[in-house]
Amino acid sequence: MADSAGVLVLAEMEGGALSPTAAELVAAGREVSEGLGLPLSVAIAGNDVEASALEAAALGAEQVYAAEDGLLGDDHPELLLEAWAQICRQTNPAVVLIARTMAGRDLAPRLAARLGVGLAQDCLEVRVDEDSGRMVAHRPVYGGNAMAAVVCNGTPQMACIRPKAYEPSEAVEAQRAEVVPISIALDDSMVKVKLVERVAEESEGVRLESAKIVVAGGRGLGSSEPFKDLEVIAGLLGAGVGASRAAVDAGWVPPSWQIGLTGKTITPDLYITVAISGASQHMAGCSGSKVIVAVNKDAEANIFKEARYGVVGDWAKVMPSFTETLRELLG
Amino acid sequence: MPLKIFVLAKQVIDPEMPRSAFQVDRENRRVVTPPTLPPVVNGFDENAVEASLRIKDSQDAEITVISMGQSFALDVMKKPLSMGADSLVLLQDDAFDNTVDSFAVARALTAAIQKIGPFDLIIAGRQASDWDNAQVPLAVAELLGLPSVTIGKKVEVGDGRVTVERQMPEGTEIVESPMPALVTVSNELGQPRYPTLRGIMAATRKQPVVWSLEDLGLDEGALTPQVETVDLYVPVTEADCEFIEGEDDADAGRLLALKLREAKLV
Repeated sequence: MADSAGVLVLAEMEGGALSPTAAELVAAGREVSEGLGLPLSVAIAGNDVEASALEAAALGAEQVYAAEDGLLGDDHPELLLEAWAQICRQTNPAVVLIARTMAGRDLAPRLAARLGVGLAQDCLEVRVDEDSGRMVAHRPVYGGNAMAAVVCNGTPQMACIRPKAYEPSEAVEAQRAEVVPISIALDDSMVKVKLVERVAEESEGVRLESAKIVVAGGRGLGSSEPFKDLEVIAGLLGAGVGASRAAVDAGWVPPSWQIGLTGKTITPDLYITVAISGASQHMAGCSGSKVIVAVNKDAEANIFKEARYGVVGDWAKVMPSFTETLRELLG
Repeated sequence: MPLKIFVLAKQVIDPEMPRSAFQVDRENRRVVTPPTLPPVVNGFDENAVEASLRIKDSQDAEITVISMGQSFALDVMKKPLSMGADSLVLLQDDAFDNTVDSFAVARALTAAIQKIGPFDLIIAGRQASDWDNAQVPLAVAELLGLPSVTIGKKVEVGDGRVTVERQMPEGTEIVESPMPALVTVSNELGQPRYPTLRGIMAATRKQPVVWSLEDLGLDEGALTPQVETVDLYVPVTEADCEFIEGEDDADAGRLLALKLREAKLV
């Protein structure tokens, strides 16, 4: 039975395997565990966790808790939530870290409420304040216009970490953590919300989240038509195509194209924005881009504050020659 | 019996305000309320009002909007009424500071919900545009022991169940839950309807029910924050944009492509 009041990473499974966010959480957790002088553990819960537990064991944590239950296979968030709550009650951690994935962003607030503690949401950085010995979490608020540093008063201190905010911790095969089985009690009466149907959206293009290059358009494009031109550019560059919320709300492109706080988070090497003003709502989803290029007719647009290269001009005149030149260069 | 729907709505600083008007009072760790700019109903919460009205369009339903804050711009908070909601409950108390944390807000909202009485469905926006927490609705669901479904773009009710179409990164997902339940909705739900003249007239005649902390049977201890803001600051962005200029816009486009090639980005 575990009694280490350390830093606990609640790792997610994704399609039967360990989620890549686990290694990012371990990297974040490492700093906190060193700051607190407490051990770092990873907990994983699923219907078959053996392979993932071994994978997690090589990430650099001192301990891996493996909770297995046949009911956890069917992708029921309510069961995973209860599994996490039981793991927390049994391991009594000082700090709990969760990734702000689609599942994590829903589970973390309920877990915090279930444990009767607060939660620092959507954190970009967590570190320990030397004076107080507490974890301080830094998170964007007001659509990214401001940053807040917050401290959770209760125990455990919980933080939900934005994916890609941390470089993943690298696997160290030589230093395998001990895998400790942990028993949980679940029953299927806990399942209230049931999946009826999943409809994958037809997408011919490159997956936005993993694209090396992304081209996106905004409100200034005025209709759905110009997005066809962006698709041509994307085709030349092997890029993904995205849009700002304004373009999605206008119905010009499908919701799955949306980049931003309430859309997708992208981290490409090159992000080409066309007629996007760069509202903080949008920037929240693309600030991890290595190089941003902006084409916008308004020289005062916020996007130029974040861009490496910019053209102040009318996209309708700038983009055709841009596309043509690209075609010649890459032809 | 009409279907009873509660909508959680928050009054926020207009997120569309010019960036130049955005000011942080770092010492007091709060955002300065722009004096000349009226607040708005949080955008996603307007989507929540719309979701409830769409249900009411097709069946007998009674919609109560619940909001919590230190003070309210009544004309702003009456907008859901003018859109077609039936009643408005304002939880108003000096103790309801906007920096009070999500868990405390969820406690107060939960107390209000229990005070109003039985319900079938709670609908809220996915997150508020000020603190972007996306926590309060889920904490309310947890405190009330309700099933929850987030980021709905279509919410339908029938046979004691709620069916929600959710926007997922790679498509849509349809889930259903027994009621009572809590659902949050997103902008994908579509434009909230505009208030009609008749709706505006009806809203002027309606007065909100106003409850203080004491009315909710809570003391200040219930609002003790679980999360404290120790610093609030405006992040510094490094402006080092290289502007590409040509003879005209078309030339600039050509030069931009050449520049990206030169920088080995394409």
